[in-house]
Amino acid sequence: MPFHTHSENELNTLLNTIGITKPDEIFSCIPASIRQKASLNIPGGFDEESISRKFQFEKPKISFAGGGVYRHHIPAVVDALASRQEFYTAYTPYQPEISQGTLQSIFEYQSMVASLTGMYAANASMYDGATALAEAALMALRKKRLKKILITRSSHPAYRRVLKTYLQHSPDIEIIEIPFDKRTSQVDLAALEKTLYNNSAFFIQQPNFFGVIEPLDKVARLAQKTPFWGVVVAEAISLGLLKNPGAFGADVVVGDAQSFGNPPNAGGPLLGFFATTKEYTRYMPGRIVGRTRDSSGSKAFCLTLATREQHIRREKATSNICSNQGLCALRAAMYLSALGPKGLRKTAMQCACGARYLSGLLETKNITPVFSAPFFHEFVVKLDSETTQALELDGITPGIPLAEFYPEIPDSVLITVTEMNTQEECRALCQNL
Amino acid sequence: MSKSVTHFPEIIEPVLNQISSDGKNTRNMPDPFDSAPLDDIDSSLLRKDLPEIPDISEVECVRHFTRLSRLNFGVDHGMYPLGSCTMKYNPKICEKIAVRIQSIHPADSICMQPILSSLHTLENCLKEICGMDACTLWPAAGAHGELTGMMIIKQALKTRGLARDKILIPDTAHGTNPASCAIAGFKTQNIPSGADGYLTAGSLKEHLDENVAGLMITNPNTLGIFEREIDKIAGMLHENGSFLYMDGANLNAIMGIAKPGDMGVDCMHVNLHKTFGTPHGGGGPGSGPVLVKHELEKYLPLPRIRQEKNGNFILRRDMPESIGTIHSTLGNSSVLIKALIYILLLGPEGLRHASTTACINANYLKARISGILDLPFTTPTLHEFVLSDKLQKKQNISTVEMAKALMDFGFHPPTVYFPLVVPGAIMIEPTETESFEELERFALALETIAEQVISDPDSMRHKPEGTPVKHVDEVWAARNLVLTWLMDESNT
Repeated sequence: MPFHTHSENELNTLLNTIGITKPDEIFSCIPASIRQKASLNIPGGFDEESISRKFQFEKPKISFAGGGVYRHHIPAVVDALASRQEFYTAYTPYQPEISQGTLQSIFEYQSMVASLTGMYAANASMYDGATALAEAALMALRKKRLKKILITRSSHPAYRRVLKTYLQHSPDIEIIEIPFDKRTSQVDLAALEKTLYNNSAFFIQQPNFFGVIEPLDKVARLAQKTPFWGVVVAEAISLGLLKNPGAFGADVVVGDAQSFGNPPNAGGPLLGFFATTKEYTRYMPGRIVGRTRDSSGSKAFCLTLATREQHIRREKATSNICSNQGLCALRAAMYLSALGPKGLRKTAMQCACGARYLSGLLETKNITPVFSAPFFHEFVVKLDSETTQALELDGITPGIPLAEFYPEIPDSVLITVTEMNTQEECRALCQNL
Repeated sequence: MSKSVTHFPEIIEPVLNQISSDGKNTRNMPDPFDSAPLDDIDSSLLRKDLPEIPDISEVECVRHFTRLSRLNFGVDHGMYPLGSCTMKYNPKICEKIAVRIQSIHPADSICMQPILSSLHTLENCLKEICGMDACTLWPAAGAHGELTGMMIIKQALKTRGLARDKILIPDTAHGTNPASCAIAGFKTQNIPSGADGYLTAGSLKEHLDENVAGLMITNPNTLGIFEREIDKIAGMLHENGSFLYMDGANLNAIMGIAKPGDMGVDCMHVNLHKTFGTPHGGGGPGSGPVLVKHELEKYLPLPRIRQEKNGNFILRRDMPESIGTIHSTLGNSSVLIKALIYILLLGPEGLRHASTTACINANYLKARISGILDLPFTTPTLHEFVLSDKLQKKQNISTVEMAKALMDFGFHPPTVYFPLVVPGAIMIEPTETESFEELERFALALETIAEQVISDPDSMRHKPEGTPVKHVDEVWAARNLVLTWLMDESNT
């Protein structure tokens, strides 16, 4: 067996010390009636070379897919550093004396998330943007005893679905969708004003799922009338270009930072982030790392606010989450360190300019964005499913079809351009239309 | 045996903001396409200054994280016997293959076909290993799986028009169990286990009533004891119209030996980062697939992977009774691929051998160490066992001091003060991937520590000595709450 074999002598010593003669006797405490009779019916026993041959995955020639999962350039240092086994094969840092590497890098990650979102504090990360939003809603309900959760319909459809799943067992909580303006896809401010209640929390995605930049200044003036409001950021790279959501007075900023140094990986792992104000810091869900000192007075880090968590609070814990996306948060810290302030800003610029370049090319083919408001690096165009499928057969993923999520916008695709898409790729998409 | 065999580097690495200074990062970046200015965006929505993140050179970045990594301890360094955490070796070939999916986006539908096919195979393997009928791979961690499972049970009861809202949980359970129940809208009730560590059908009977939705059990339990009355317990629950949920945290003890499905389990989660060798990554990403029997299948989260007649795989969402969506995409896909590779490397014989060896290694350590430390339960155990600090308390030395002392011998400490039923618990799970020499070294280390407790108890109060930082003040951290470098600056 590849990873667990004792020599015959060793095995004899082990069995003798235990006081049994055959390995199988170790299971004599399992009643015979529920012991498995037959061997497992699964394939197996492959060697490295043959299993490696078995698992070949092709990547698309050209892809403009985004919508919450993004392909960005990952500096070579990120893979080199994150694959260090000292990080990779460690557990949750419960023993701070031998986990300072993980702990300090999470502290650095928390600091950068707080800074980029303009918030007071951030936690050590969540599963993904969708569950981060759901946890934010649960936190708001817990702290403010609210009855309604308002969310813009132009927020990520999967996030809204997960929110609904998480809240379905909170008694008497209503989720209300705030419509978007059909022309711009921005939140319908009049509808928002009418729907805001003193017992509701409000969430808006920036940029919204269609890539369009929401007028957060106008939104903030209305949202401040509610006891709690939050901004969802599904594309963290946008934080390099857009004003941080904290500047508008949000109570929480949550979302996904997969874009920071983590590849799409067919959908995961992603990197949910959670940042909030001083008022809510002690009510945050999830792991949190704090700075402290050791017995010799040196700087040190450890997990903190454990009294909110399951080990102590059990059914009264602030959340049931007891892990974070440690390795993904580490990669994010490495990515931001490798890029630096100018690099992050420039990446965001490349994305936004690239999207405008492609949108300009498409206009020459009379394909114009469905929504008129300015976008970050994603936009919606009319493209029927036949065209989409034909493109895919040519090795081009044009984007994400919207019909499943938005029946009111039929035959449409959300196109995403990042710094990974060259001008040649943009031209190739147009030529194939 | 020498007192200390590990010498960690004596480096205290500065925090990134302390080495940052404007203009140090001179990374070459391509220029944005020049044809398209950004003047369409309202300037009041744009960032005026550069984002405030560290400005350091690439070499500084590499040195920083390399030095930080040396302050860490991973399973590749040595034995990491955290009970119920199954810190086994993570095969490198799994990583090498899993990175092949990294640039595929879930919307790249043609490229997703072989991935969906692999995920479908993984579902089938997990079903066979657990003896269950259907599987979802999307929960991103064990606790996420628990929550999913509890929502499935809630939904099944709701469909039957039942408002049962109580989940029974043995006192040996993980803390996430009651926390997950609470989010799914259940109340929880503790049931005490017996003096020998078993949960008995008799004790369950006292708590069963028409308001019980189910029982959440871990088998083997966190004392390492196989619940010998499990099928009887399942029968009683089913007769009462209640469900049996199993926390699969300890599945590593019984792969190929006994199937939860055969024990009467209705719904369960497995932890791929424990049982199936995917790395813990310093706290995640994990993965917690959920498995159910036929009658609960229609409640599984969306989407479901289905193979069509033409052989293609599709993701279906037309399951009206499903609990809904639980993740932005398809769970932690790359972790799922790693777990599949692990299963295929080991195969039926290898998985059975892994569980057998895990149990032998644990029982060997138990035989070597009990006597040196108190063994509160003499009941037979499988892959892990629990000791206590009762003997050392006479010298006023407790579990925490002994755990910290183990670090000076080059080991990660075991799980401590859990399960809660054992005061001063020390919970040891070596896993199958520890060699005879490493097990022996660990036993000798504990022997040496126990001797030191008697000969020089005062020296035990200053452990560890050889680590990069000494005893860490967790109370100071909670009181002062310095969570970012900005707070640190305003603090000093």
